[in-house]
Amino acid sequence: MADTVSSASVPVMLGAQGYPTALEWIARRAEAFVIPLAALIVGMALFSLFIALVGKSPMQLYETMWRGGFGSWFSIQNSLSRAAPLLLAALCVALPARLGLVVIGGEGAIVLGGVAAAAMGVATSGAPAFFVILAMGVAGLAAGGIWIGAVGALRHYRAVNETISSLLMAYIAIALINHLVEGPLRDPASLNKPSTEPLAETYRIGNIPGMDVHWGLVVGVIACILSWLLIEKTRWGFAARIAGGNVRAAQVQGLAVGPLIVGFTALAGGFAGLAGMLEVAAVQGSANASLAAGYGYTGILVAFLARHNPLAIIPVAFLLGGIDASGGLIQRRMDLPDATVLVLQGMLFVVILFSETFYGRFKAFNPDLWQRGDLLKGPDLLKGPDLLKGPDLLKGIA
Amino acid sequence: MDATEIGLWGVPLAMLGGAIRVSTPFIFVSLGEAITERSGRINLGLEGTLVFGAMTAYAVAVMTGSPWLGLLAAAAAGLCFGLFHGWICKFRGVNDIAIGIALMLFGSGLAFFFGKPFIQPSAPDLPAIPFGGWSDVPQVQAALSVNVLFLIGAALAVFLWWAFRNTRAGLILRVVGDSSDAARAMGLNPNTVRLLATGLGGALAGIGGAYLSLYYPGSWTEGISSGQGLMAVALVIFARWNPLGCFAAALLFGGAGALGPALQSVGVTQGYYLFYAAPYILTLVIMIATSSPSRSLAGAPGELSITK
Repeated sequence: MADTVSSASVPVMLGAQGYPTALEWIARRAEAFVIPLAALIVGMALFSLFIALVGKSPMQLYETMWRGGFGSWFSIQNSLSRAAPLLLAALCVALPARLGLVVIGGEGAIVLGGVAAAAMGVATSGAPAFFVILAMGVAGLAAGGIWIGAVGALRHYRAVNETISSLLMAYIAIALINHLVEGPLRDPASLNKPSTEPLAETYRIGNIPGMDVHWGLVVGVIACILSWLLIEKTRWGFAARIAGGNVRAAQVQGLAVGPLIVGFTALAGGFAGLAGMLEVAAVQGSANASLAAGYGYTGILVAFLARHNPLAIIPVAFLLGGIDASGGLIQRRMDLPDATVLVLQGMLFVVILFSETFYGRFKAFNPDLWQRGDLLKGPDLLKGPDLLKGPDLLKGIA
Repeated sequence: MDATEIGLWGVPLAMLGGAIRVSTPFIFVSLGEAITERSGRINLGLEGTLVFGAMTAYAVAVMTGSPWLGLLAAAAAGLCFGLFHGWICKFRGVNDIAIGIALMLFGSGLAFFFGKPFIQPSAPDLPAIPFGGWSDVPQVQAALSVNVLFLIGAALAVFLWWAFRNTRAGLILRVVGDSSDAARAMGLNPNTVRLLATGLGGALAGIGGAYLSLYYPGSWTEGISSGQGLMAVALVIFARWNPLGCFAAALLFGGAGALGPALQSVGVTQGYYLFYAAPYILTLVIMIATSSPSRSLAGAPGELSITK
């Protein structure tokens, strides 16, 4: 939102149209809150309809969801634990998105980061705990960074579509981890669930004091804040935003777009790899196939809901972590399949993407268009050329 | 005859049979995606459509006892998903790639939601035609037992190849895909054509899903699709939006997918998971080899967002 240069920044009491500048300032920023919030509410309403159609009570569902995700200190801690990997997985989508890239293969970086960290943990076993955990973090960062950085490099230097290549590489990464934990890195003692050797207790990452939430949450929040600073407050972030708007313009300006893309995608993948490392060091204790738990895919939704703003990712990850956490309770209490949460996520995703079409259409959010009297007049939505016109099916063909 | 008698010949034979078996969903999804992409849109949601189609086909086949009704239901469900994608993408600011990702999650979620009660019961299979009857070798018979959908898919590929060039509908599709402005100047509504093209693509993907649950592997599980819907999108690019190319590429992918099980059948178990990744690696290598930063892909529809 910072890129809308507003006339409101002129230090006078009244703006160009004669409205108080404070009101104009609020109006310009309100769009970024009001539209996603409205979309969230509409998505929830549609989901209520769906639940009512399958013969369950939407009120009971939302009440159960509240209880399972946010209603008690216990459930809040549960939600926060699930939010931790989501923060990092969402950054894996949001950072490349600022450059105009749609990277959706974060899941691959998560599993590879996890397996690299586990291997590093075993290799450096015996060293002081601080050193081992640091080495594991670096291994996770590097593995994820190389994986997604390669996607960025292929995009820039070979024009390979990053959406498809990143998802293909996620499948390859999952095959690779299955191969590694069944073969070269397998702990012979793990019979039913092939895993790497378990980490010694001293090398595990513990909980934040006073909470039943591991330190990964803090790491995730710091990563989000750093990413925000990177994008909004540094020249690299500025260059990335230019390149995201128009690659040709950025190149004409002499910006090194290639290194920028590779750097941003590598950092994004590094964060996802770190999420895998945290899963290993704080939750699982070893790397195995359950590292592919779908955080990478939920992370896509988090990033889009947050409109790729790293600071907005923090509350959104908490919200979706809570929805995720309530899945088990919904299943038990309401006799609904565990996929109920997936349906809700899918609906929210579609509605959020649809809401993109409303940006810039509401006069109320754009003080330049204000005239006295018609502040609350609707958007030009209804007058739009083909927005609400029916899909005249046969006219175009005949 | 003894199963071991044909020895290592079993590998290419199993791969041939596997290519025919595994490739069928690829054929349908990629032909559907080819129609959609020729109109200038990309639908990444076909993966979700495939899964939902697999569930619908299986559920309807269990309830009615007819696999063909299941197939029809899957096509109808796919049509709905496709039409929804086509409709929502006409709004300004709505990104077709992102909507595709959302529909991928939504389609799978819905399929898992409604598919829970159908994991246990077994549905009737789609019929196969035994072309291997002349041979006594069971492996040959197994490899040449060809499902009717494969033959339909092959015929469809030839038909689409002909129709793209020689029919009015094919011309309209290509004009819209190459330039919205030119299409409008001709009095065509690009959004309508894309809506229909995406709907048709979804219906074909639904049929691909029906094949998965009603023939091979032939049951409904939540892991039924291993990304076929997505690989088909890459496959269309590799095939240069040519239906005959899609068919050939689908066979190639099917063969790569059959490599792991084929080697396993002759006792090679080392690195099974790496062979399992062969189709993904193949797709990626082909994409790298055929893309270039300096020129757009030959034959690419001008309005397609991924090649711009």
